[in-house]
Amino acid sequence: MQFGIFSVSDVTPDPTTGRAPSEEERIQAMVALALKAEEVGLDVFASGEHHNPPFVASSPTTMLGYIAAKTKRLILSTATTLITTNDPVKIAEDYAMLQHLADGRVDLMLGRGNTGPVYPWFGQDIRNGIPLAYEHYGLLHRLWREDVVDWEGKLRTPLTGFTAVPRPLDGVPPFVWHGSIRSPEIAEQAAYYGDGFFHNNIFWPADHVKRMVELYRRRYEHYGHGAADTAIVGLGGQVFMREDSQAAIREFRPYFDHAPVYGGGPSLEDYMEQTPLTVGSPQQVIDRTLGFRDIVGDYQRQLFLIDHAGLPLPVVLEQLEMLGELVVPVLRREFAIGRPAHVPDAPVHPRVAASRGEAPTAAPVADAVPA
Amino acid sequence: MTDPLPSPARSLVVVSAGLGVPSSTRLLADRLAAATERHLGDAGILPAVRVIELREHAQDLTNHLLTGFPTPKLQEVIDAVVGADGLIVASPIFNASYSGLFKLFFDVVERDGLAGTPTLLAATGGTARHSLAIDYALRPLFAYLNAAVVATGVYAAADDWGTAGVAADGGLVERIDRAASELAAAMVVSARVQREDPFADPVPFEDAVRAGSGDRSN
Repeated sequence: MQFGIFSVSDVTPDPTTGRAPSEEERIQAMVALALKAEEVGLDVFASGEHHNPPFVASSPTTMLGYIAAKTKRLILSTATTLITTNDPVKIAEDYAMLQHLADGRVDLMLGRGNTGPVYPWFGQDIRNGIPLAYEHYGLLHRLWREDVVDWEGKLRTPLTGFTAVPRPLDGVPPFVWHGSIRSPEIAEQAAYYGDGFFHNNIFWPADHVKRMVELYRRRYEHYGHGAADTAIVGLGGQVFMREDSQAAIREFRPYFDHAPVYGGGPSLEDYMEQTPLTVGSPQQVIDRTLGFRDIVGDYQRQLFLIDHAGLPLPVVLEQLEMLGELVVPVLRREFAIGRPAHVPDAPVHPRVAASRGEAPTAAPVADAVPA
Repeated sequence: MTDPLPSPARSLVVVSAGLGVPSSTRLLADRLAAATERHLGDAGILPAVRVIELREHAQDLTNHLLTGFPTPKLQEVIDAVVGADGLIVASPIFNASYSGLFKLFFDVVERDGLAGTPTLLAATGGTARHSLAIDYALRPLFAYLNAAVVATGVYAAADDWGTAGVAADGGLVERIDRAASELAAAMVVSARVQREDPFADPVPFEDAVRAGSGDRSN
């Protein structure tokens, strides 16, 4: 099982001091977190993609390429890559390039983006969100698997005799996760292609997450990719820890109360009860996270959000150290208990598997899509 | 009369946005519910009546708006409204329209959640001057939601609760009875509205792609 962190890259003033980091400070902080994630033994760093303030991560492959050069084993991913407003040709090229630079340590999570104005800035319309996700990914999928592509769709200019370069490293496309909070259409798409499905998880109650993942698993099996319990599932999580759980709540409360996403709404206590947000001791984080398995079954990837709402970098680095030292080792051990042998790990590039002395799990080029 | 449908069971859900306890909005809603129950009884139907006071969910409604998801308690209420065979909705008129609390609730009911549901509109106010609010404010809202709104809406001003208003032709009691008989008639003939469950029955991927759209609502 893989553990990591994902960042939305928000530039938010620290509510306890009123000070906001500069864009440069925030970008460098994200890099520092990625490097620390590798240092403390996590597996994945995923960057968000946004094209509007107060976010800074508009160019994930630039950042991930830089991080790739400074790390050895960290898997570089996204949360999410906008499949709607990005040109699928550019996604194919950028992430194949990143694969070559990072020795295969690359996958990506596709999402639609929920900010209406971003679509017209890129010549699109949010009302086409699902059709764009379907059509663009259909093209992206082919660009990584066919050397010469003739393609015609409704939402992008046609391609005749087009070759996306560089070709995927060793002919193995980056593994793709499809992320969606509430659209069953995206769970269906992930199942159709036999790709991974990631539920952000942190903003919604468990019964909703369960319905989304169950749909994906059932349809994964329907499309012939394997038994439902072998589908590739990832979840988000959101934590803040101190050894003393009351200290954690005291310290995190102002960040919760002023966070752009839920400030002014429910109390921290209510929100913790209704969503996976866990503010408390490392043991509480362990217990809560282990409970996710009861909701979605044995899964493959757990990403934590730890660096938002204006939390200062030194505090977030401490959180990462606690994750690496106190939480993730226990989670690895506990999640392995009772996990059936036929439940696969998340696919990684064969070079990544080889470097870890594992059998390759990523499908070679001609991985099956139902005819 | 005999029930034209095999099962006489119907659920009648009353949504009241009244604020006071007791409130005239709730009083009107209860009268409408009782009259509707009587008319359904004449048709051999014994409805299960459920009254929802939005005041009890005001905090949860605000939080839903801010967080994007309902508490389990609010979800149960939304499910009851979406699953109703008939609806009575009642709001006080504030500043020439339905109250903010009333709108807040119908803002978080999923699109198409009320499509086809027989619905009776009711409102209360201090004077009769705002009686048209039912037709210029509530009716367009429920038309947008594709609810099957009955022709007669009932507005009760403070005066209507006086003896003269009740006794007179076209008084409140008569209006309540007419509206309730329309709602009951609509509930008797309408089959239970079947809601799509996109989780139980997803549109197959290739069908969605062929349609050029993954959006079933198009």
